[in-house]
Amino acid sequence: MIELDNIAYSYGGGELLSEVSLKLAPGSFHFLTGPSGSGKTTFLKLCYGALTPTAGRVQLFGKDVREMDRDDHALARRQIGVVHQDCQFLDHLPVRENVALPLTVSDRDSLEQHSNLKELLTWVGLGHRASALPPELSGGERQRAALARAVIMSPDVVLADEPTGNVDWEMSQRLLQLLVELNKMGKTILIATHDLNLIRSAKHHVQARVLRISGRKLQLAGADL
Amino acid sequence: MSKGLQLSKLIMGDAQADRVVPPTGFTARLTLFAAGAMAFLTVFALALSLASGRLAARWGDELAQSSTLRISAPEEQMAAQTAAALTVLESTPGIASARALSVDEQRGLLAPWFGPDLPLDSLPIPQLIEIVETEEGYDGAGLRLRLQAEVPGAVLDDHTRWRRPLERAAGRLRLLGWVSIGLIGAATAAMITLAANAALAANAQVISVLRLIGARDSYIARAFVRRFTLRALLGAAVGTAMGALAVFLLPSAQESGGFLTGLGFQGMSWAFLALIPPLAGVVAYLATGAAARRTLGELT
Ligand SMILES: Nc1ncnc2c1ncn2[C@@H]1O[C@H](COP(=O)(O)OP(=O)(O)OP(=O)(O)O)[C@@H](O)[C@H]1O
Ligand SMILES: [Mg+2]
Repeated sequence: MIELDNIAYSYGGGELLSEVSLKLAPGSFHFLTGPSGSGKTTFLKLCYGALTPTAGRVQLFGKDVREMDRDDHALARRQIGVVHQDCQFLDHLPVRENVALPLTVSDRDSLEQHSNLKELLTWVGLGHRASALPPELSGGERQRAALARAVIMSPDVVLADEPTGNVDWEMSQRLLQLLVELNKMGKTILIATHDLNLIRSAKHHVQARVLRISGRKLQLAGADL
Repeated sequence: MSKGLQLSKLIMGDAQADRVVPPTGFTARLTLFAAGAMAFLTVFALALSLASGRLAARWGDELAQSSTLRISAPEEQMAAQTAAALTVLESTPGIASARALSVDEQRGLLAPWFGPDLPLDSLPIPQLIEIVETEEGYDGAGLRLRLQAEVPGAVLDDHTRWRRPLERAAGRLRLLGWVSIGLIGAATAAMITLAANAALAANAQVISVLRLIGARDSYIARAFVRRFTLRALLGAAVGTAMGALAVFLLPSAQESGGFLTGLGFQGMSWAFLALIPPLAGVVAYLATGAAARRTLGELT
């Protein structure tokens, strides 16, 4: 689905990532960890095609990102749900419409989807905040809304950048639970986090692999954390 | 045909695409105003073109192939000189017919200037002879020479002498009118492009969010294009209505009024006005579409 073949990336200065290869197989569950500034967000952006590697090859659903035009990228993003670290919303639309936005822009805005939307909002604990505007939400509420928006299209892959950065332990467990359930339905999940407790607790529910960025390289971390 | 379909679909539907871009009251009002003002000006440029077109055609028709011979002579010689002139004219190649105007006709011509009670008999009024040319026309210089010899009191008024420049001026005026309409259209496109660029720049954040969640460029562009097209349509409709009203309220054309009072629309030409708002809409549609495609294409 997502395949990185010996890639390197640099923002212009020195290389931030080099010799990185990874194949996200359908139905797999990965964590991505590493110190702040090590390039986790950058890595995820490479995975959904927002950045093009400076060397090597990235393939999304069998297509080389260098050969994809803007419409191809738009279509790929409908198959890849992304929870952005800085959860970007349209601040003039209520949470309900923001979460449904991927449906809206892909003309899948049906009635049936709307009942799903309600369920989903309740699931992430935002049922009562559905009419609020994004700037009125707390940090944790924003992250939950971002997760709901990432999964509403029921994408094949979900990439989550620090999805539990601002929520309490109980809520982070609930969000993790949602991602685990999506994984059980066959979705591929990749979560960037430096919360090792979250990774440990996930191990009880799911067969997860842990990737670590260290010294510009991507390593498979051992079972011991 | 598919363009038209696209346009109507754009206007009718997809208010949802419109909602994803926050409303911008200020650019909206400026666009409305610009489109309205431009439509207003277009009405006048159009009126000018049509009126000068009519004028050129009328002068062309009325004056074509006609000229006048004016005979000033002492009263006792008038009849003889008139007869001599007619003889000369009838034997000139290129002249279809020549006819001396009657006293009544001459009075009719003078009445607008001196009133109907003119004592024409007691005044030394020249005798007028109306000449109708054939298609080929006659040799004016040759005719003048012959007349000089045979009818010393005759003066040939060759209308083409002053008709040509007038006709040319009217034609130029009409051309200027059309050029103005073209310039107004181009200026409208420029203004709408600027406004659309401003709106696109102001909504960079919105556009990036939409791209992130998988919106295609065409979807994003549609939101902007729809807005500007509707604004241009509405603004131009109001501007056209006001321009038409202003033209309608001009004093109506009169026989002797000449050019100024002829500035207006007659009959079918009112229908031209109905084209102005849709044309403004098309201009806005194309200008905003190009601006959006350019801006979106520059994004990474
Ligand atoms: N657009 C950019 N231009 C230049 N440098 C950038 C850009 N984005 C990120 N960087 C730099 O690249 C490095 C990696 O950034 P990245 O956001 O990928 O880190 P991260 O691992 O996600 O960190 P965190 O855990 O704090 O979110 C940082 O040093 C950052 O300053
Ligand atoms: Mg990050």
